[in-house]
Amino acid sequence: MNKIPNRQAICDVLMERAKTDKDIVVLCSDSRGSASLAPFANAYLEQFVEVGIAEQDLVSISAGLAKCGKKPFAASPASFLSTRSYEQAKVDVAYSNTNVTLIGISGGISYGALGMSHHSAQDIAAMSAIPNMRVYLPSDRFQTAKLIDALLKDEKPSYIRVGRNAVEDIYSEESCPFEMDQATVICGDTVRISGAATFDGIDLAIIACGEMVKPACDAAALLKEQGISAVVLDMYCVKPLDTEAIIRAAKNAKAVLTVEEHAPFGGLGSMVSQVVGSECPKKTVNLALPDAPVITGTSKEVFDYYGLNAEGIAKKAEEILQNCK
Amino acid sequence: MNLDALAYKLRKDVINMIVAGKGGHIGGDMSVMEILTTLYFKEMNISPENMDSPDRDLFVMSKGHSVEALYAVLAEKGFFPIEQVINEFSRFGSKFIGHPNNKLPGIEMNSGSLGHGLPVCVGMALAGKMDKRDYRVYTVMGDGELAEGSVWEGAMSASHYKLDNLCAVVDRNRLQISGNTEDVMHHDDLCARFASFGWNVISVEGNRIDALYEAFESAKTVKGRPTVVIANTTKGCGSSVMENKANWHHKVPTQEEYEQIMKDLDAHMEALA
Repeated sequence: MNKIPNRQAICDVLMERAKTDKDIVVLCSDSRGSASLAPFANAYLEQFVEVGIAEQDLVSISAGLAKCGKKPFAASPASFLSTRSYEQAKVDVAYSNTNVTLIGISGGISYGALGMSHHSAQDIAAMSAIPNMRVYLPSDRFQTAKLIDALLKDEKPSYIRVGRNAVEDIYSEESCPFEMDQATVICGDTVRISGAATFDGIDLAIIACGEMVKPACDAAALLKEQGISAVVLDMYCVKPLDTEAIIRAAKNAKAVLTVEEHAPFGGLGSMVSQVVGSECPKKTVNLALPDAPVITGTSKEVFDYYGLNAEGIAKKAEEILQNCK
Repeated sequence: MNLDALAYKLRKDVINMIVAGKGGHIGGDMSVMEILTTLYFKEMNISPENMDSPDRDLFVMSKGHSVEALYAVLAEKGFFPIEQVINEFSRFGSKFIGHPNNKLPGIEMNSGSLGHGLPVCVGMALAGKMDKRDYRVYTVMGDGELAEGSVWEGAMSASHYKLDNLCAVVDRNRLQISGNTEDVMHHDDLCARFASFGWNVISVEGNRIDALYEAFESAKTVKGRPTVVIANTTKGCGSSVMENKANWHHKVPTQEEYEQIMKDLDAHMEALA
């Protein structure tokens, strides 16, 4: 079982690249520990900016640094980063088009029993609604590392959400196909970037992002035992959405199921439904958190309660396909 | 033309822009004009030729609603023709919108929502320290703007990081859209507030170019602390039609008012020539 959370994968890449790139700057809002960025702060003191518990300041300062040629990575709990500093993300980062990467740590319901103030079940909707803001929810540590490397090579605004806990590996050092803004398609043991994937003869397309990709893959394995062919689209690139992959998958499938750690409105499910509805109408069902403060518990307990686990996803898939007959 | 007179000529450009575009934040444009004129024509190392230089000074118009004043100054600096601004400001599809936009030459950051300029400038000043560059960073805020909490987050971090390459200016005209600033949300004693945040504070007559220049030069000599220049200005400065009247925060003059304002501005120009 992997013990490296995605946030640590981010730190590892930034530390490696900072050896030769003095323009990489990491900013935290009293969050270096929870962001796993303390090693970066210790190793690269000159390239680390602590702003204190001041998320608006965090984002605006990042934008100012970027305007002067720096490559800022601003990390703060997703709950606060995506709402407290929303306007700074909109105006100073997206609208001013500054090369800032916003990293929402402990995203979704990572903070479990700490309650709704600490949950970010709205960040996909909020950030995606901002023109010129890209939104990424990488699924495992290998994909996270590839994403950070790719973001270091461009100069555009982006928001990344990662969870607090380690996620079981989906990919491996040797096999982690990655193309910027293309979903990764997982079909049994076969993993391809969407442009190289085929969807012939599938029953169901499961489209998931972030921490929900792994249970979606496990659900596909359970469905296979029932004789149901389900393919998983790891839609780490929520915006820009890989619409081509969605259309190709939906056209070949009997139905589409989206899975996300997010409120039911404005997230991956809403976006996928828009695409499928307009381009290739098919039954599309969204599995998400409720439009309510979630029940108290660890994130695993909460996921289990709302059916956001392998069994819950597989059960929902069977229901959908029953109704499609 | 000397800079004192130029500030009044630029006010005329603003009035023409607002009348042609049928809208604009006229009162604050008038109060801020000497601040911008001093910065752009006497203090800052900014020109159309050096906008790609990493050593240029940096300016962010935090009180973005005074964009008409900024357009007039940038046009005078040669970034774009003033006739183009007057013809296009606020028109359908125009690049010259009602708040600063960095798709236009000479504008570094988009603003309009208040309380953003200072913390953005903290980032710019930090980058200058990291890269050991000598450029200075300037921002102009309104006094009503100071109610935004993000201003004080920026003020806190600027002194924490000892950003002596950062100079903020407050256009202290004592009026905002709803009336007197002290009635809406009081700021006095503003000097003491900034001082308590660890800033070097200079209070000057804000519609006097010589006083502002002296303040900016003095700020350069202060080490280890950012400087704020409290520029005590008159909202609507330049014509009794507008001066110290809160309802001129955002207003288009009537033909009669236009004629009187232009007459008053001409008189100032002649007196200063």
